[in-house]
This record gives sequence, structure tokens and C-alpha cells, in this order.
Amino acid sequence: MQTPVNYLARKHWKQTGAIVLIGGIYLLSSWILKFDGLSGIIAIPKAFSWLGVNFKPTANSVHFLPSIWQKLIGTVMLAIASTVVASLIAILVAIMGSKVTGGSSLVQTIVRGIASFFRNIPLVAWAMILLFSFKQSDFTGFLALLLMSVGYLIRAFMEIIEDEASETMLALKATGASYFQVIFQAVLPQIMPSLISWILYMIENNVRDATLVGILTGTGIGFVFDIYYKSFRFDAAGMTVLSIILVVIALEVLSNQIRKVIL
Amino acid sequence: MLEVKHLEKSYQKDKPALTDITFSVDPGTFVAIIGPSGAGKTTILRSLNQLIKDDGGQILLDGGDLRTANKTQLRGYRRQIGMVFQNYNLVERLTVIENVLHGRLGYKSTLAGMFGRYTEEEKQEAMTLLEKVGLEEFALRRCSELSGGQKQRVGIARSLIQHPKVILCDEPIASLDPASSRTVMQLLKDLTTEFNIICIANLHQIGLAKDYADKIIGIRQGKMVFNEDADALSEEILKTLYDQNVTEELD
Ligand SMILES: Nc1ncnc2c1ncn2[C@@H]1O[C@H](COP(=O)(O)OP(=O)(O)O)[C@@H](O)[C@H]1O
Ligand SMILES: [Mg+2]
Repeated sequence: MQTPVNYLARKHWKQTGAIVLIGGIYLLSSWILKFDGLSGIIAIPKAFSWLGVNFKPTANSVHFLPSIWQKLIGTVMLAIASTVVASLIAILVAIMGSKVTGGSSLVQTIVRGIASFFRNIPLVAWAMILLFSFKQSDFTGFLALLLMSVGYLIRAFMEIIEDEASETMLALKATGASYFQVIFQAVLPQIMPSLISWILYMIENNVRDATLVGILTGTGIGFVFDIYYKSFRFDAAGMTVLSIILVVIALEVLSNQIRKVIL
Repeated sequence: MLEVKHLEKSYQKDKPALTDITFSVDPGTFVAIIGPSGAGKTTILRSLNQLIKDDGGQILLDGGDLRTANKTQLRGYRRQIGMVFQNYNLVERLTVIENVLHGRLGYKSTLAGMFGRYTEEEKQEAMTLLEKVGLEEFALRRCSELSGGQKQRVGIARSLIQHPKVILCDEPIASLDPASSRTVMQLLKDLTTEFNIICIANLHQIGLAKDYADKIIGIRQGKMVFNEDADALSEEILKTLYDQNVTEELD
């Protein structure tokens, strides 16, 4: 017989067991990797003070600002462009693939497969693969960001359509409206706020990622950082990082404002 | 006139959701469909405009069979059948008048409908209908700002602008407070008479069904157990319908 008391006792034991298990996995893996958690943690303050001393921008690093900001703006533009194009592709594909607006279940499965394929290849891998065909150029970075964003956005947009648009869709279908009328008059207006919210999030994310991709593709702010870093001009590298942080925070504040207005 | 003959539907094999549903309704009649949850009321209503594909029978609107209609013909039938939902199913982001005008989409060319190009007469009529449901002041408000009762009246205006022969209402008042419920029921009853249309509403409130409907259809486990004038609904029948004493609810 399951009484409340022994149900609760069992639950208690399960929780304890789970904690022990997680602890065990941690110990085992740090033993296998010869990773010493404690000395790692102790080293963190030292690492930060090293960073603070070496990466601190000086009066001298101000010289670098114009070229840093020029590249930074370029990188932000790249991120925005790739996200916007990705969003347009993703919304079309998501409409074709969602359970409520989509085609046959075969089409839905294919769309899901494609989305998951693009999403699950890491960005860095995309960049490396594309480097073969497109060499070190802005376009390589653009395409790498685009492909990964498409994967994420298709999945997100399909879920939004299924969650938010199915009821209004039904209502318009019942009036005798045709498929494209339903999409334009019900589905798109209904999901627009969530859509924009996701696009903004993706832009923020892609600005950060574009930096990383730039190191590989030799373009944009990532490239600038890489050069300063490798030529030991740490103060300029620090200035670059600071600029990136500022832009990312500014973008986040801006997109939160936009969200407040549209939601 | 709407005639439903031997309508059948099962979602799973050997588990019929509807068996041999047969009834007919004349214009100007308000019909309430009552019955326990899961009895098949929604299935009946959605079969009537073929949002659900049933398995057999006939659905005749002024003699024409909806069930055998092709895509274009079905669109033609659907625009003559308005539908009102429990959750209103409006595009909340759009204004009241835009939602009302959605009822015209079935009459428009694909392009004009996609981009919401409505004629002056259509806009004028939308305003007249909003007046009729008491929302003319709200025409340019977003639907998300309205109360439940107001949203439902927008839904009703949206179905009226279709110039419907039939309005189907699936639990139109299940999300409303008692006062708004009565407003909406009275509105549906008045419109039924004024426009000489057929109004079919799934209802949970037997009391309201008796007060407002002309005819009542009782459904239990997918079968019709009652189809009479509202006055003829007795305690006896309600007992068999709900398998328990529901008379308290009538008071
Ligand atoms: N999409 C569906 N798939 C499978 N079974 C369904 C589906 N919709 C309804 N049913 C079943 O059909 C029966 C009738 O449902 P419904 O018409 O929604 O009843 P009501 O509206 O009277 O509550 C129920 O037993 C329900 O579980
Ligand atoms: Mg129902």
C-alpha cells in the first residue's frame, strides 16, 4: 500500500540518490580528465588579475578605437543581415512544416529533419566547412551564421505557429477563407510579436557569434582581436573586448525596449 | 433549410463518436445541442462545416450536399456558415473592425483577401454590425483589450458579415460570466429572428438552453436521445441524458 508517508519517504530517498549520483559523476569525470576542480577555482582570481593588468586599455589604446569601431559596426551589420535573411527563409519553411499550416506529414518530417541538421552542426564547424568554398571572406561568416540561424529559427517559428495560431486559423478557415488569406490575415499577424522577439534574440546571439566566426574567417572584429592578441598588443585587444561588450549590452537593452513596445 | 441525415463519425475504429445523427432545422430557428462532455457535440458542429471530415451521411444546406462538395464548392458553403467559438478565436493583435471584416474573406479574391483590401460597402457594413452588437465605439481598439463578452460579440459580428444561412456556436458562453452569457444568448436569439437564420449552439447550461432556444437536441455517447421543442424537455429526459439528477441546475 502506498501511504502518503512512505510516498514522501521514497521521494526523499530518490532525491538523496540523485544528489549522490551527480556528485559521483563529477568526481569520476574529473579523475578521468585529471582535472583538479579545487585548484581551478583557486586560480580564477589570479586569472582575472592577470587579465586586468595585461588587457587594461591604456591611453595609448585610444588610437585603435576608430579601426576597432569600424570593424565592429561591420560585424554587427553582418549579424543583422544574416539574421534577417535567415528569418525570411525560416518563416517560409516553418509555415510549410508546422503541424497546423504545413503540408503532408512527409513534408513536416523533412522540414524537421532539415532544421535539426542545420541546428546541430556547430557554428565553428559550419565556418570551417564553408571556408573551403568561400575562402576567408565576410560572405563565409554571413553564410555560417545564416545556416545555423535558419536551423534554430525554423524550429522556434514552427512551435510559435502551432502554439499561437491554430485557433484563429480554424476560425478563418471556417469563414471560407483560402489558405493564403488565412496565412496573411490570421497566422502572420497573430505570431508577429513572438516572431520579432525571437529575431531580436537571434541578432544579439549572432553578434556574439560573429566575433568568433570572424577569427576563423579573418574578417570583422574577430580578426582585429586576433591580430592584436597574436602581436601581444594586449591593451588593444582589451579595448576590442570592451567595445564588443558595450555593443552587446546596448543591443540587449535596445531589443528589450522593442519587446516591451510590441508585446 | 439545413438537413442532417445519418451522420456518422469515429475517430478510432470501433469507437463511434457519432452514430446516425439525423435532424433538420428551418430558418429562423435557434437550436441548442446539449449533452455531457465527450458526447459528440463539437464533432457534430464541426462536421456541419466540414472542419472535421465525417465518415458517412448527408449534410444538406438548401438541398446541396456539403459532404460531396469539391474544394471551391466547400469554400462557397463555408462562407454561408458562420462559426462562433468558446475562446472567440479572434486575431487578438488586430483591431475589432479588422476582425469583423475577416468574415468577408470567403467572398474575396485571394490577393485582395491576403492584403485585407475591403470595399467601402464592406467597411460600412462592418460598422453597422458593430453597432448592432453594441461595439461601435470599439471599432479601432485592439481585440486584446476587450472583455470576454465583448470579444464574443466581435466573433458574432464576424460571422454575421458572412451573410450566413447558418451560425454554429461551440460553447459560446462557456468562458463568460452569467451577465455576459445572457447578453450573448439574447443577441443570438434576436439575430436568428431578425436575419431569419439558423443558429445552432452547443451549450452546457440547460437553464439557458430552455430559456433561449426554440428547439433542443440531446446527445449522449454520440447518439441523439432528444430532438423536440425546448418546452418539451422534461426532467425524465435530462436524467437519461446526464445519467444523474440535474434538476437543481434548472432553478
Ligand atoms: N481529434 C480527436 N481524436 C480522437 N478522438 C476525439 C477527437 N476529438 C474528439 N474525440 C472523441 O470523440 C468524442 C466526442 O468528442 P466531442 O465532439 O469533442 O464531444 P463534446 O463536444 O460533446 O464534449 C469524445 O469521446 C472524444 O474523446
Ligand atoms: Mg465540445
